[in-house]
Amino acid sequence: MMDEPNKQRDGSEVGTTGHVWDGDLQEYNNPLPTWWIWAFYGTVVFAVVYWFLYPAWPIGKTFTRGVETVTYTQANGKQTTVPWSSRAEFVHDMQSGPEAIKQKTWLEKASQASMQQLGTDPQLLDFTMKIGKRLFGDNCAACHGAGGQGVLGHYPNLTDDAWLWGGSLAEIRQTIAQGRHGFMPSFQGSFTATQLTDLAEFVLSLSGTQGGNPEAVQRGARLFRSDQAGCFYCHTAAGTGNRAVGSANLADHVWTIADVSGSPSYAGKLAAVEGVIKQGVQRQMPAWDHRLSQTEIKLLAVYVHALGGGS
Amino acid sequence: MAPEIPIAIYPRSVKGRFRNLKYAILILAYTVFFLLPWMRWERATGPQQAVLFDLPSRHFYFFDLVVFPQNIFWLAILLLIAALLLFFVTGIAGRVWCGYFCFQTLWTDAYLLIERWVQGERPARMRLRAHGWTAERIGKLALTHAMWLALAFWTGFTFAAYWADAPRLLTSFVSGSAPFAAYATVLLLTATTYLFAGVVREQVCTYMCPYARFQSVMFDRDTLIVSYDRNRGEGAGGRHKVTRALKSRDERQAAGHGDCIDCGYCVQVCPTGIDIRDGLQVECIHCALCVDACDGIMRNLGWRTGLIGYTSERALEGGRTRFFKLKTWGYGAALLLAALLLVNSVATRAAFDASVRQTRQPLTVMLSDGSIQNSYAIVVNNTSVHDLELRVGVVGLAGASMSVQPADEIELHPEESLTIYVKLRLTLQAKAPKRIPFDFALVPEEGASAPLKVPSQFYTR
Ligand code: SF4
Ligand code: SF4
Repeated sequence: MMDEPNKQRDGSEVGTTGHVWDGDLQEYNNPLPTWWIWAFYGTVVFAVVYWFLYPAWPIGKTFTRGVETVTYTQANGKQTTVPWSSRAEFVHDMQSGPEAIKQKTWLEKASQASMQQLGTDPQLLDFTMKIGKRLFGDNCAACHGAGGQGVLGHYPNLTDDAWLWGGSLAEIRQTIAQGRHGFMPSFQGSFTATQLTDLAEFVLSLSGTQGGNPEAVQRGARLFRSDQAGCFYCHTAAGTGNRAVGSANLADHVWTIADVSGSPSYAGKLAAVEGVIKQGVQRQMPAWDHRLSQTEIKLLAVYVHALGGGS
Repeated sequence: MAPEIPIAIYPRSVKGRFRNLKYAILILAYTVFFLLPWMRWERATGPQQAVLFDLPSRHFYFFDLVVFPQNIFWLAILLLIAALLLFFVTGIAGRVWCGYFCFQTLWTDAYLLIERWVQGERPARMRLRAHGWTAERIGKLALTHAMWLALAFWTGFTFAAYWADAPRLLTSFVSGSAPFAAYATVLLLTATTYLFAGVVREQVCTYMCPYARFQSVMFDRDTLIVSYDRNRGEGAGGRHKVTRALKSRDERQAAGHGDCIDCGYCVQVCPTGIDIRDGLQVECIHCALCVDACDGIMRNLGWRTGLIGYTSERALEGGRTRFFKLKTWGYGAALLLAALLLVNSVATRAAFDASVRQTRQPLTVMLSDGSIQNSYAIVVNNTSVHDLELRVGVVGLAGASMSVQPADEIELHPEESLTIYVKLRLTLQAKAPKRIPFDFALVPEEGASAPLKVPSQFYTR
């Protein structure tokens, strides 16, 4: 049709709009197709209905709010009804959408259950692990890593079975709720270089690291258990650590501060341990009980326990 | 050049064996389609609807068969079977799908029934149109379209009822509380059914249907097509109407005229508006209504039927149609194979399936006694309709100790899915490889079904 603008469907000539410009310039009268016109009227009707239902027109500092409303519960528990806005709609969905309701019933169940049940009831464990993963990601992962793997020397690995403050469900919960403060003084000025090396040799021998000097180990052992150094106050005479003060077990294979496993040579391992004795340790885990609800802390404790290292 | 204005087609009704066959298929198809979603079915768990495609929970119920997303292979092979079946029958019998089973054909047929019922037979309908916009025409057209829309709506709603609990969908649909998707689906299907079966009709087959475009490549000289026997119909002197002088067959033969009496009945009944006597045309959907029409005429005249009929190109040339050719055997064998594969797969489906996800942050953990720990999450789906008790074990990882959460032995209800957390600890021998492959073994309680082995890896560093 369009290749011959002056012909109609039946072949007759199309009329003009009747205007004449510049003496001879005329315009064919080819109206839009009817369906097109009606589609246009449809959009007009749609727009008018929309103005009524939803926020639409700015008026000075305010705007027309429309008749659609959203009802949701405020933080103080009061119900409010406000004109429609996407934000209110979102809040409403988070509170009373089908997923939100499902989650609420499960949270309710979890708050009633004991930590033991959370870890052994299949359905509750499923819920705990899903919520726990989210809570851990939001609150804990920044330090301990997304999978709880920690950062050697800074943040403890939560997936092994070495626990400075204890790895039972109750102890983990306590740690999360109250926070922890780990402290070992710096011995930089207290010992001679030889004494430092002797101590490090002994500490390495505790976990069965091969390649040490037996005499140095002997001297280190004596120093470790002497009142002059006083290492045994915290780490115990056997070097197995004390959970009451969060001192590390030096007799196992897990190293939380010194990068012993990462050094291939004995000298490197020795230097790593010496470094810790010289520098001391200063670590702080904040308390979460005023930031997270009791139920959230409980769920987190079960989640961390299940990560791999809970005892 | 001005485009041709399409001429409306007013198919005349006809009686005959193919027409009866088409009605039988129409009744069967409509009964199944419209009643199936309302059929209830007793199940231990899950919905009480015989056929239900439950999208939100991703379970497809088909009587006693529950299909899970992981059985998507069945759908693939079902589609393959459908395609092979189409090739198979098209090679033998031409456009039987188009003529008898195609939804476009079925619904157009039903719409034509309504049209005839309200507006009368072909001449009445044409008269109605010729008289312009009379009150009678407006009223009858309005009634026709209202009934068309009603059928279209019920078609759309029935389709939606396969995806939700049908009675509940109906009440929620009427009360305005059905999901938006339901309204959208019904609206869309109502609109397309009304448009395609009521307004566009044969043009769907001619201009829109992709299948119509490529089926000719499946035809050969032995494929059955609806054809006019030109030799018999035309004779030496061409077709001729019955006149006083040309009444009996002998008189016509003597005058050199064929058996076609040019009554035009075959043209009037054709739903695509073509004249089959002009030969095979793309528009012809092989519905054989013209066969019924002409057979009726021939019978009235007391002549042999079959002036128009299903025949092959080879038969038209005087040969014999060969139905069993290499192509038939090939498609037949492939079809049989695919069907056996599907039946076998459905019949021997496992009672449960499982997948293992290894914890990667961290991949390996050094424990205080120097052993190495790897963690896994195993997702188990009970795909049966029975309770399932499972024990988790490890095969091919000597010396490993295992701890399982929530418990060593787990119970899954029908259609339930559960995650099991497993930790494996291994004291390393000297020179252990970086990665040790092994299998998790999921062993159901005695004899309930076969144990399942899921391969995995143990990383040592
Ligand atoms: S020509 Fe005959 S078989 Fe073909 S569509 Fe028309 S009526 Fe049907
Ligand atoms: S119905 Fe038969 S006799 Fe009549 S026009 Fe068609 S082919 Fe000829």
